[in-house]
Amino acid sequence: MTAPAPAPDVAVRTTKLRKVFGELVAVDHLDLEILRGEVFGVLGPNGSGKTTTIRMLCGLMRPTSGDATVVGCDIRTESERLRTRIGYMSQRFGLYGDLTVRENCSFYASLYGLAPDERKTRIDELLGDLELSARSNDRASTLSGGLKQRVALACAIAHRPPLLFLDEPTAGVDPAARRQFWKIIYDLAAKGTTIVVTTHYMDEAAKLKRLAFLSRGHLIAVGTPEMVTAQFGLPTIEDVFVELQRRDEAAA
Amino acid sequence: MNALMRFFSAIRTSLLWPMVRKEFIQLRRDPGTLGMILGIPAMQLLLFGFAVRTEVRHLATVVLDESRTPESRLLIETIVQTQNFDLVGHVTDRAAIEHAINGGEVRAALIIPPDFSRQLKRGEPGSAQIIVDAANPLASSAAISGAALVATILPSRLGVGPSATGPPLDLRVRPWYNPSGESTTFVIPGLVAVMLMMTFVVIMAGAIVREREVGTLEQLVVTPISKWALLLGKVVPFVIIAYLQMTNVLLLGWLVFGVPVRGSILLLYALAGVFILAVLGIGLMISTFAKSQAAAQQLAIGLIMPSILLSGFLFPREAMPAVAQWIGNLLPITYFLEIVRGILLKGTGMNELWRPTLLLLAFAVVTLAIAVRRFAKTVE
Ligand SMILES: Nc1ncnc2c1ncn2[C@@H]1O[C@H](COP(=O)(O)OP(=O)(O)OP(=O)(O)O)[C@@H](O)[C@H]1O
Ligand SMILES: [Mg+2]
Repeated sequence: MTAPAPAPDVAVRTTKLRKVFGELVAVDHLDLEILRGEVFGVLGPNGSGKTTTIRMLCGLMRPTSGDATVVGCDIRTESERLRTRIGYMSQRFGLYGDLTVRENCSFYASLYGLAPDERKTRIDELLGDLELSARSNDRASTLSGGLKQRVALACAIAHRPPLLFLDEPTAGVDPAARRQFWKIIYDLAAKGTTIVVTTHYMDEAAKLKRLAFLSRGHLIAVGTPEMVTAQFGLPTIEDVFVELQRRDEAAA
Repeated sequence: MNALMRFFSAIRTSLLWPMVRKEFIQLRRDPGTLGMILGIPAMQLLLFGFAVRTEVRHLATVVLDESRTPESRLLIETIVQTQNFDLVGHVTDRAAIEHAINGGEVRAALIIPPDFSRQLKRGEPGSAQIIVDAANPLASSAAISGAALVATILPSRLGVGPSATGPPLDLRVRPWYNPSGESTTFVIPGLVAVMLMMTFVVIMAGAIVREREVGTLEQLVVTPISKWALLLGKVVPFVIIAYLQMTNVLLLGWLVFGVPVRGSILLLYALAGVFILAVLGIGLMISTFAKSQAAAQQLAIGLIMPSILLSGFLFPREAMPAVAQWIGNLLPITYFLEIVRGILLKGTGMNELWRPTLLLLAFAVVTLAIAVRRFAKTVE
């Protein structure tokens, strides 16, 4: 069964998406719709399946069952076409520490098919926008956590993808750098990029347009922060999170 | 066919070159690895070279003196004086020699036939024989150089001049097990092969797993780079580095130890390319199988051991049991040893070498194909 062709305003649609690792069901029966242009949050305790979901949506893991269409590409059969249309920042820093900031950007920009002259302009633009110019000749390994994340972002958006997956981009980043990072994210969104982001910071989550709560691989709630808190009858997103974690522990 | 087309499209589309460039930058910033690739072989070479020179002395030797004349005793004395041979005892028949050498306590035997001094007195070359345990090629080279020394010293001591039929002393060295045993230079061409094998299987085996472990692979495979370009991008820089290493070893071998180049050096470089691809293919294949860097290293070392022991690098394959020979047949280094020794020491040409070359080519194609086939752009 193939997923129905998504409406033009849908960036991601999953149908009964499921991923099993041996005995462990990491993602189960996930039905999700992410709209074009929105900043969509994926929340949930450790091990709830956020990274696994994103990896499947990027074509990095094959679903055990179920389907998903991401920016018009079937993740099972069109994973290569998909790759040209998305940007992805992995949870773990994935750039080359022994390459400089500019070398990393240049490497990824060329892998994403930017021609040499276009590449140089684009990298200069990115380094300027993300305030990395001063550090462009430093090796990535020597940067602070916040700067590393900005370089990783620069590499992920070098080809101006319409859809961007960010897996905990602000983990281990100081508050000022977090604020700056989110400003960049909202700037990108304002220019039309769809953004799917995971985070454990509830202050960040509360500002998102829409979010989904995962728990033990299941989708528990989805909607605006207000809808989600109302669904649980709790005052804040953080309360919802703690409640979910409590349920997890009770079930374990 | 399909694979071949993808191979060429990987080269044509620029995605291979960013990968190659990146690998080179990383190599340049990692002087440790580069030093290891180029330094260790040089060290090994010098070690082996010195081993050759020190081994030249003091081979435990037994004597079978069937002549028992002043002349034969003088021969024995002279041979001991070269210090290449240590006299450890006398034997009375050939069976005892065989026994002593096979037992391992004796490396060489001097056999002086009954008519040795009569030959000399008749003005014929006095013929004697040195048998050497050629399982160790260093030993046979020691025996050869020792014998040559004796052949120049002894005649004047005996007071005989050149005979009508040639030099006054016909001292033959007969290596056991290793009929083609060459001189001191025998080991070094083999060392070229062993060094390439050791360094590059290990390095390539780590290539993919390391990126997987460090976490850079996830970011890399989420790009549109084709897996051909990704894997070839890992291979190409090391082809170049491997040639550098080989040149290094050859130059040292030539300058310091006088390894000859009897055949075409161009042919050697061409055929070495095939061997290098086979070696890198094996490493890359390991890298796609192994779950961790540690496991990859284990697998690589597991392959290197038989490559040193069973390929004919140190021990002649003819003397090995059938199983060992059979395993040796499965190792690409066995064929490259044939090539590198053939070209350098015997001046062999493509006419004799097409078979090992084709086999190496098959190794390269199969291992690289398996690596590409097994590799998936996922992080399962
Ligand atoms: N490759 C894998 N093999 C086996 N199990 C895995 C694998 N990847 C993830 N898991 C398991 O699947 C479950 C979901 O993991 P996942 O990384 O998706 O969670 P997460 O929500 O991203 O957690 P975190 O907040 O810690 O990043 C966990 O129990 C994890 O141990
Ligand atoms: Mg995660």
